[in-house]
Parts: sequence; C-alpha cells; structure tokens
Amino acid sequence: MVKKEIVEEEKEKIDEVQEKDDEVLTPEEKSILKDSLSRETIETTQTYIVKRVAGVVFGVLSPKMIKKMATAKVVTPELYDKEGYPVDGGLMDIRLGVIDPGLRCKTCGSKLKECIGHFGYIELARPVFHIKFIKHIYDCLRCTCRECGRALMQDDKIKKTLKDYAKARDIDGLDAVRYLVKQTTKLLKTVNKCPHCKAKQHKVGLVKPMNFKEDEKKLTSIQVRARLERLTDEDVELLGLNPKVIRPEWMVLTVLSIPPVTVRPSITLESGERSEDDLTHKLGDVVRINQRLFENINAGAPETIIEDLWDLLQYHITTFFDNNVPQLPPARHRGGQPLKTITERVTSKEGRIRHNLAGKRTNFCARTVISPDPMLGINYVGVPYSVAMKVTVPEIVNEWNMAYLKKFVEKGAKEYPGANYIVRPDGKKKKITEETKEAMLEELQPGYRVERHLMDGDISVFNRQPSLHRMSMMCHKVKVLPYKTLRLNPVVCAPYNADFDGDEMNLHIPQTEEARAEAEILMQVQTQIVSPGYGLSVIGCLQDAISGNYVLTRDMNYTREQAVDLLCSVGIMDFKKLPNKKTVTGKEVFSVLLPDDLDYQGVSKSGDQVVIEKGVLKEGVMDQKSIGGEGEGLLLRTLHKQYGPDATIDLLQRILRLGIEVLLKRGFTVSYAETDLPQESNEEISKTLNVAEEEVQKIIQSYKEGSLEAFPGRSLRETLEMKIVEVLNKARNVCGNIIRKTIDKTTHTFIMAESGARGNILNVVQMSACVGQQVLAGKRIEKGFSERTLACFKKGDLSPEAHGFVRSCFKKGLNPREFFFHSITGRDGLMDTALRTPKSGYLYRRLANAMQDLRVEYDGSVRDAGNKIIQFKYGEDQLDVSKTEKGKINIKKIIQNA
Amino acid sequence: MTSTKKFEINKHRLVPKHNLLSEKEVSQLSKQYSIKDIPKILVTDPAVEELKAKEGDLIKIERESLTAGRTLFYRRVVNA
Repeated sequence: MVKKEIVEEEKEKIDEVQEKDDEVLTPEEKSILKDSLSRETIETTQTYIVKRVAGVVFGVLSPKMIKKMATAKVVTPELYDKEGYPVDGGLMDIRLGVIDPGLRCKTCGSKLKECIGHFGYIELARPVFHIKFIKHIYDCLRCTCRECGRALMQDDKIKKTLKDYAKARDIDGLDAVRYLVKQTTKLLKTVNKCPHCKAKQHKVGLVKPMNFKEDEKKLTSIQVRARLERLTDEDVELLGLNPKVIRPEWMVLTVLSIPPVTVRPSITLESGERSEDDLTHKLGDVVRINQRLFENINAGAPETIIEDLWDLLQYHITTFFDNNVPQLPPARHRGGQPLKTITERVTSKEGRIRHNLAGKRTNFCARTVISPDPMLGINYVGVPYSVAMKVTVPEIVNEWNMAYLKKFVEKGAKEYPGANYIVRPDGKKKKITEETKEAMLEELQPGYRVERHLMDGDISVFNRQPSLHRMSMMCHKVKVLPYKTLRLNPVVCAPYNADFDGDEMNLHIPQTEEARAEAEILMQVQTQIVSPGYGLSVIGCLQDAISGNYVLTRDMNYTREQAVDLLCSVGIMDFKKLPNKKTVTGKEVFSVLLPDDLDYQGVSKSGDQVVIEKGVLKEGVMDQKSIGGEGEGLLLRTLHKQYGPDATIDLLQRILRLGIEVLLKRGFTVSYAETDLPQESNEEISKTLNVAEEEVQKIIQSYKEGSLEAFPGRSLRETLEMKIVEVLNKARNVCGNIIRKTIDKTTHTFIMAESGARGNILNVVQMSACVGQQVLAGKRIEKGFSERTLACFKKGDLSPEAHGFVRSCFKKGLNPREFFFHSITGRDGLMDTALRTPKSGYLYRRLANAMQDLRVEYDGSVRDAGNKIIQFKYGEDQLDVSKTEKGKINIKKIIQNA
Repeated sequence: MTSTKKFEINKHRLVPKHNLLSEKEVSQLSKQYSIKDIPKILVTDPAVEELKAKEGDLIKIERESLTAGRTLFYRRVVNA
C-alpha cells in the first residue's frame, strides 16, 4: 500500500518536472537538468551509460534552476513532530533524503545509504546578497549606467573588446582573458557619463562586508537586483561573465537552495537526544527569520522593523555560506564555538579538499617505531610478526600452487604463515576462522584468491615523512622478525633522514603483480644509491663501520686464522685472495672484499693518497672520503659506475659488516684518560691563553686611549670587537695545533675524528684545552644588563671573560660565569632549530607545489603543464646529475678508461 | 638638472646580453619550438626598449649560468 503511494507520487513528480521544463530555461540549464534526472534513472534501473566528459562549465544557479532542482519547499523551522518524525516542509523533510534507518525517501523511494539526497529550496521574503559574489556585484554596479543599465562604453568599443577577449583566449588561455577583464573594469570604473544615455554617474561604494552605497545613500538589494537585471548579455560578457550560465542578478538571491539532509546528518547522542549538524542549525535560523519577515511584511509592519529583520536574514544567509567574513561576528553555538558552515567545510587543512580529496589514506600498510639492525640486509626491512599477520599479500589460486596455498588456509589467521581471507572469483570476501576453515579448504579452487600473511622476501615500500626526495620511499624486501619494531639497516638512515630517538616509519605492501614489479625495478634500495640531487652516493658506511675499517686498514695485523674467521663472519668463503702468509695485514684482509679488476685513486680525509690496484689496497686508509655516505664515499661511486647497483650494495654490506666485526673483536671505547694532556702541553696551552688575554688587554687599552685605528668602513668599536675575536680565535687555533701535535694517534677519540666516523678535533680541543669564545648572533655576548653582561662585572668591561670567552675546558669544568655564557649559546641554538624547521619546511612545500608539474621533454627542454618552456635546456647544461659526479663529468677518467 | 647622456642599461655588468634574433635564426628556432611556448618579455622592458624591438620579435639572452657557465635563453616580445 505504502509502496504504491510512493510510485504514484514519483510519477506526479516527473510529470510536474516535464511540465515545468517547457517554461523559459536556457538550453544549458535544460541539459543539466536532463543529465541530473538521467543519473537517478541509472541508479534505479542499474544500466550503465558510458559517456565521455567533453568539458566542465562553471556557472551560477538561477532561481528557476534552484526550484527545478528542488524536491521540496521548506516553509517551517520545525524539524520533527511529537513522535520524532520529520515534519513535511521542514528542514529534515524526508523528500530531501533520509538519514534514519527504516525510513524511505519520498523522492526516490530508496532507503538509507541508497538515497544520495535531494535539494530543497526556500523562497526568500526579500532578496539577499550572496557573500561570495559581493566583489562581482560591486564591479557590475560600478561599470554600468545607473539610468539605462548599459556598460559604460560605446557599442563599437564593446565589440572590439569582446574580440580581444576571444583572441586572448585562443592564444594565451583564460588567465589572459581575466587580465583583460580586469583592465576593462578598471577603465569603466572611472567613466562618469554614460555614452549611451548621457546620464551622469554617481559614485557607488562598498561598505564592507556587504552593503552598497550610492552618494551616501544605501542601495537595497532590491535596487541592486533591479539594476543588474537591466544589463544586456553583451555587457555581461564584457565584464567577464558568461551570460548563458551567469546572469548578474542571480548573484542576488531570491530563493535559497537547501542542501540535502544527507549532507548535514544529525547524530543521535547516547542519551537518545538528537544533535543537529551546524548547517541545519544555520538553515533553521534562516527559515525562522524568513518566516518572521514574511509575516511582518504581510501585516504591514513599520519599515524599521522590516529593515532590521532583512539585515538579520542577510547576516544568517551570509554566515550560512561563510562564517569567517571579516568585520562580521561569526555565528556561534550556545557553547561559544563558531559554527562550521559551507566555506569552512571546504577550505583550510581540515577542509574537504586538503583533508578528504588531497589527503591520501591506504589499506595494507603499517606504522611503528623503527630500530637499527646492522645484521639485516641493506635492502631488507624487519617486520614484526604482529604486523605480518595483519597485513596480507593476495595470491591467485591455480592448479600448481593449490597445495602450497592450502597450507596457509589450513593454518588459519592465528598461526603464523597463515591466511586471513579467501576471495571468491565473484569478489565475495570470506574471513578464515576455526569453524569455516574446513569448508573453505573444500571450496578452494583455481580462480580463488588467498590473502596470505606477509612472508620473507615479499616486496614492500618503506617510507619516512617528510618525503622530500624520491629516496624517502624505497622498496625493501620483507624479513619477518620477532618483537614490535620495524627494523632497518643503519646504512639507509641517511636517505630517509631517520634516527632511532623514537622515529616512526610507514610500510606499504603492493597488492598487484604490476605494482610489485614496478616497486622492485624502480624503487629498490640498490637503484637509489646515487642521489639525483648531487650525483654522489647517498648511502654509505657510518659511525662504527667507518672507524672499524679505518682501524683495520691502518694498523691491524692478524694471524691467518683470525683473518679467515673475520672474513667468514662477513660472509666470504673464498680465500684465494688472502695472501698465504702467517700474518696478514688489515689492508690485505680488506682487499679480499674488493673485485679483482678494480683500480681506484683517491685521497683520504687527512689528505693522503689512497691507491687500489687490481683489487688490492696498496696505499692509504679507508675512511669517510672513500666509503662514507651523504655526498662523500668516492670509492662507492666508482664501484657503482663500474659494477652496477647490485654489486655495490653487496660490497657495501660486506664492508659494513667487516668494519663492525673488526670493532667487535678488537673493542672500541672512549675513556676519560684520552682527554689527558702531557704536562708540557698543558703549560703551553695556558701560556698561549695568557698571552692572548694580555694582548686583548693591550688592544682595549689602546681603544680607551684612542690610539686604536679603525678598519676602513668600520667604526672604532667594531674594529675593537673584530680584533679581540681574532686574537681569541687565533689562541684557540694554536691550542688545537698543540693538541694535534701531542695527541696519541691510537686513542679512539682521535681515530673517530680522523676517520670521519664521528666528531672532530675541535671537540677534543674543547674537552681538554679550551671551550673558546661563545658567539651569539655573530658577535661576542653583549646582551644582559645595561653596559654589562652580568651583574658581577663592572660597567663597560670589555675583557674576554665578561663577554663570553670560556677559558676552561670541559674536563676541568666551567666556572659559573662561563657556564652561563655557554648555556646562552646552547639555548639559542636549540631555539633556532625549533623555529627554523617549520619555516624551511613550509618554504620547501611552496617550492614543491610550484614546480610539481614541470617535466623534461624529449627535446631536452623543461616545460610546465601548459607546455610553456621554463628552461630551454634542462639545468642549462642538459646533464643528468645522477650520471655525473657532483654535477660534473669526469673527463679525465673517461680518457683513462678509453 | 636632466643629463643629456642616457644611462646605457645594456652596458651594465649585471644586465645579461640581449640581442634581436635575425630572420634566419627565427626560422631555425621556430622549427625547434612552437613560438607560443617561448617565454614572454614586455616591450616596455628597459633592455628590450634599447633594442627597439616590436611585438612578435624574438630576443636572445646570453646569461651566465652556475651549471653551464654560459647559456642561451629566448624570449618573445609582447605588448602589455
């Protein structure tokens, strides 16, 4: 019975619409209406019509169009009746769609979730400006005659301008037209006599946010609309609008379109109370005030009351569109927080565009804390069991893998190498449970899909935010491991910019064969060794691996047994290359790893020659410059060029393991005693510092006496500062040289600094000689009290210790004043990084967005999305940086190898 | 107060060399690139005014480049 009613009503509805169709509507509107109806037919009849989108037209809805689109006219602010059933003609009218389970939509007859909702409308008692079009209305008013409604331009000129528009559109696109329109409006604004009817023009002003004035008299929206109605279609086009889809008077609303209920669903609270959406609240206000305005007009209320209500209606409709209009108080909840209306839903970071459309979320991914594991292969990632059993890989059943896949199904979801789901060929997904397992084993046949647990060797994509370059997302093979963190080889920390102070990373599992192939071929760690940014190796040994190899190649000697043991633990089983002697040197052990035909010449960090001939390290030591990462590691770059990515990664893994094994066997610690200096050098250091301080006193003295001569372009005071800093720096450099001379070359601090593994000599100097001058904003410390840095100094004291010179070393300890100065610079550095990171991040984001669709064409030019040339030759030199060394081609090497 | 000697902008060391393209060069370039894809420069640009270029002319700019040492760039003269 109920169904019949609905069907009948539907018929009525369609008849109604068809009848209305004959009314005056532009062909564009008709076609839009036709398409919107046919979409509903598609959904009800389940037949699909494939069409190609030829273009998109943006326009403004005409009042007629709004009424055509609508399924219901809203007349009452009430939402529900006493039974809690939506009121007819209310904002939750069931003709606008349903959000209650069990109810059926009166328009399309479908249930909750099937019905996409339908628009309604409100007839406004008085016209109201649309806040988003205020600027356009303002332009239209200023550029047209107040008497005859024509654009303030001669007819022939109008024709010419329109031709210019068409030409600009063909040649330079829409932006050029917009620019021309801007010029036209700018010109028309200044005209004060209509060329058509010779009427004098008055000045129209915009009183923000949404009132118009003509000669200090308010223009009501009725007056404005009347003026806009008089514009001819040609004039409208002159102002840059397409009159077929935008008539200027449509920008002043006479009817308001009501979004479907499904757009603003209400939520039922736990207490059974209903809480309405912000949009519904706002629309309630609009309807209520509109109703009151109607009543007052009909009752013939005084003009002031009507005007007040009219303003209120304008306010409510404005905030319905945009609740963040400047100079307008935002509409608020009773609690005080502002309502989220249409504009707030779309814009900003949490808006529909950036959050829902541009925001990307995926299934089959994992995220946890990362930790290092140097025993793991470089192109592997350690995945915890708990993750491996949740994230699955689909495998299609065929005759040959049936038995193999059945094993997973048999194990089920709770035992490790098991499976979570099977998918029937028709796409129905079934969860594997203890109860269903037996039946599923029976059911399984070719064509089915088994979603099995993640296993060793599966392909994955590993990522750490911020993803600033392509090395931020690399393909790793899976290794399933116990515990709860994602594990990675510390070598790949550099490209990800990861450390282990709590960093988290994401893991994605490609689900199709194509995706897996693509990831494996294009994204694997091997293929990313050479950075496209600077053409050198991004990954390489770090920390222990560097100092280990340095120690090994510098001064280690092993018995043959020890050497074999060492090489075994690295994974080498072939000892042909190891000299058959009783004791072998570290260099000989290292050489075993190298390929037999490798020739290499380079320099070490300390400037000595490094020579490899025929795969044997003849001279020099391995350090940061040869095997390090991040733009150093020239040996790695040479290997990559000569032997390819796979061999390089293999060798790097071996070198890394060798370095670590050496240190494991030898031991490597830093001791307090390493900062000890011999008596003489201690004396020498304090003597240098004393001399420096005396010298500074002398300079200060000459400054005070006035005998100091200023440097060109500097004031006397600046000269003094420069001289003091120079003397003090020189003193510390002398200290550094003393330490460099006397330091024991076997101390581990020295080894770390010298090999480039960690730290530098300066750190040693600070520990055992003198911390040095503290610099704040490029100067000695000057801030604090008036004319002095701390209250314990005399006013105008210029001495080193009063301006942040720390004479003590960390070992001896700092006195309170020194400690304070030191912490000033320390805090400043901390602040600086905390403030700089987001700033540079935003800068980078803007750059990346601006350049995102630049590409290199086949002719070598760089072009944007509009095919416009940005660079005639890529990088102006047309070099692929990843095929160079630091952006340069090493011609010498090419000649040598030729 | 106005000096009769005009400041010669193209002789300044910071202004890269601007030259008008000959017809032969134009036809060669238009073979390689579609003319409307070439970047624009205003006729009112001081360096262009000096060359007395008209709308539609092509201009060759020789610039110093960090990567290539020296590089050629082309621009199409347009009206404002």
